[in-house]
Amino acid sequence: MAVDVNQRRAPAAIEQPGRLKRLSRSKGMMSLWFMMPAATILLLFLAYPLGLGVWLGFTDAKIGRSGVFIGLENYAWLFDDPVFWLAVFNTFLYTVVASIVKFGLGLWLALILNHHLPFKAILRAVVLLPWIVPTVLSAIAFWWIYDAQFSIISWTLVKLGILTEYIDFLGDPANARASVIAANIWRGIPFVAITLLAGLQTIPQSLYEAAVIDGASPWQRFRYVTFPMLTPIIAVVMTFSVLFTFTDFQLIYVLTRGGPLNATHLMATLSFQRAIPGGQLGEGAAIAVSMIPFLLAAILFSYFGLQRRRWQQGGSD
Amino acid sequence: MSFTRRRFLQTSSAVAAGAAGSQLLGVRRPFAQDTMSFEPEPGAELRLLRWSKFVQGDEDMWIANTKKFTEQTGVPVRIDNESWEDVRPKAAVAANVGSGPDVILGWFDDPHQYPDKLVPLTDLAEYLGNKYGGWYDAAQKYGMRDGEWIGLPLGASGARMVYRQKWVQDAGYEEFPTDYQEVLDIAKKLKANGHPMGMALGHGVGDANGWTHTILWGFGGKMVDEDNNVVLNSQETVDALEYVKELYQSFIPGTLSWLDPNNNKVYLAGDIGATNNGISVWYAAKNSEDPAMQAIAEDTYHAEMPVGPVGKPTELHLFTQAMVFKYSKYPNAAKEYLRFMWEKEQYEPWQLAATGYISHPLADYANNAVWTEIPKSTPYRDCVKNMLWNGYSGDLSYASAAAMADYIIVDMFAQAAAGERSPKEAAEYAARRAERYYRV
Repeated sequence: MAVDVNQRRAPAAIEQPGRLKRLSRSKGMMSLWFMMPAATILLLFLAYPLGLGVWLGFTDAKIGRSGVFIGLENYAWLFDDPVFWLAVFNTFLYTVVASIVKFGLGLWLALILNHHLPFKAILRAVVLLPWIVPTVLSAIAFWWIYDAQFSIISWTLVKLGILTEYIDFLGDPANARASVIAANIWRGIPFVAITLLAGLQTIPQSLYEAAVIDGASPWQRFRYVTFPMLTPIIAVVMTFSVLFTFTDFQLIYVLTRGGPLNATHLMATLSFQRAIPGGQLGEGAAIAVSMIPFLLAAILFSYFGLQRRRWQQGGSD
Repeated sequence: MSFTRRRFLQTSSAVAAGAAGSQLLGVRRPFAQDTMSFEPEPGAELRLLRWSKFVQGDEDMWIANTKKFTEQTGVPVRIDNESWEDVRPKAAVAANVGSGPDVILGWFDDPHQYPDKLVPLTDLAEYLGNKYGGWYDAAQKYGMRDGEWIGLPLGASGARMVYRQKWVQDAGYEEFPTDYQEVLDIAKKLKANGHPMGMALGHGVGDANGWTHTILWGFGGKMVDEDNNVVLNSQETVDALEYVKELYQSFIPGTLSWLDPNNNKVYLAGDIGATNNGISVWYAAKNSEDPAMQAIAEDTYHAEMPVGPVGKPTELHLFTQAMVFKYSKYPNAAKEYLRFMWEKEQYEPWQLAATGYISHPLADYANNAVWTEIPKSTPYRDCVKNMLWNGYSGDLSYASAAAMADYIIVDMFAQAAAGERSPKEAAEYAARRAERYYRV
């Protein structure tokens, strides 16, 4: 009898593994394990710094002192700070103008490069150069190009007899704003152009053939075939382009440090200046956090706006 | 600490005796036997973060002295160099996270931003002060907080008027004047002769802050009073702004955008007749193989910063001092390293090798051969002696550091010079900005 019982129980033990084993074999658990490394990285290197930054913005933390919670005081002080509002204005101007021009020129360049051109591969590589060169190096080059005494642009114009004196590129507030925007555009065009070019190459040729058969003009082919097919990638490219431009730091830091008269200070550079050399970590964090709503708005606009089918089909709300 | 009480008492009494004896004679001479040392911890090794060299001789001799220290004590020292403006953020991060180099050569009010993170250096500073004729006033102000030394002043990368002798003589002056009205006059004449002056009014931490503070204080203006109340919006400030507004008319175009390197470039290109700078411009020209540069070096002279209506020097210079961080496992080794490097046998050859790029904070080093053997260095000798401190005449603090980092004084002068605001409005606006930092 006893033998029989054991014989009956043994197979049952194999069929019903322990709780831990069952858990380890569960699909959900496996998914969780596979997600863990990515989730850990995201939590450690994205969520934690972001959370810490938001927290610091509510404190009077200074370098070497953790600070105490002061609620919205940093934001209240910033609200009354004309330099902060100047930086907000500069950031918007910089982002809007640079992004629009980068998009226009980038799309134009992509359309040209999408045609059969001689030395196409070399041309595409050349277009990428401004993007490949480290920002700091290109910024230093621009620093010389815009120099009040040694500018190659001024030198050429003076030699050609077009100007009588050198242009004060970075010493005049309006010129300085235009100059840093131009430098940003030069650097950002390749990213837009090459990514849009990749998008252009995914559009089936048959659509263009059908449009030609229907008698569509080149503009109509662009307006009703190319552009709608490209909008999803435009949404992604412009989201990134706006983010990169809005958070730009290196160009300004090398070229002007926010001068002259704070005319080129962006929110990112002001945040750094206040937080690190100035030691006001809380206030610097508050400026950085103030950028988040604008960045979120830009992302939401890109994702939910530009991807709307109605917009893609040329209609409006 | 391995530095025993008995040993300290021996040293202190010797130093005190020497100091007392010399004070009776009206001077403070070093006592022959006054030595002090800190015994490095077993297995100690040090990491030093310092600013990158401005002149090659500085780095070479600093490394040679450090090597000598390692040979004598067996303590290896790793020296990391950073661009001078990057040292401040790195030091700040080290203080914040509690990890990093054992010793950092920082700038301006750095130690006052995180005093509780630093090893007190009072015994070492008092020893050096007693031995080498005492610390200059501004050096004490920078190094001390609440009666305790928290930084060990190394000196100032001083600025002087750097000028072309021939052009100044063509303008009718034997040498560059030090009176404000004469400076205005020569600026106009230099411009008329095609060799205008140029001084930075952009966000250049060293040059722009240096000369604008000097002029503000020279007129009697200041950001805060002794009780740290903002008093920037004053008639003295407006006078200083009116003066600079007029001076700016004689500047070479573009100075509103100038950062620290701009005036060096323009001066060496022969485009300006005078500027304010450290000795590095002349040093670069002198050591160039280009005959044109050699000629510029030959014709380059230095003059003390002009003295304003207040009748005494009111200079601001880039001031550097060593900080030992509490997280260091080897504070004794760090202090011994600093003591060794600050002693005459090391400090004077280092200062000489750097052609006086760093002006000393200890009075006795005014006798260093660098100030006589290299005549063009002589005007830099008294930079620390003549210096005031950032945030004068208030305290060194978070507020003084933040106000300088925000370029409040530089922007105020730039606004008035460029005509963006009237001098009165620029002073009011700057005072409002300053009040943000000096609020209670």
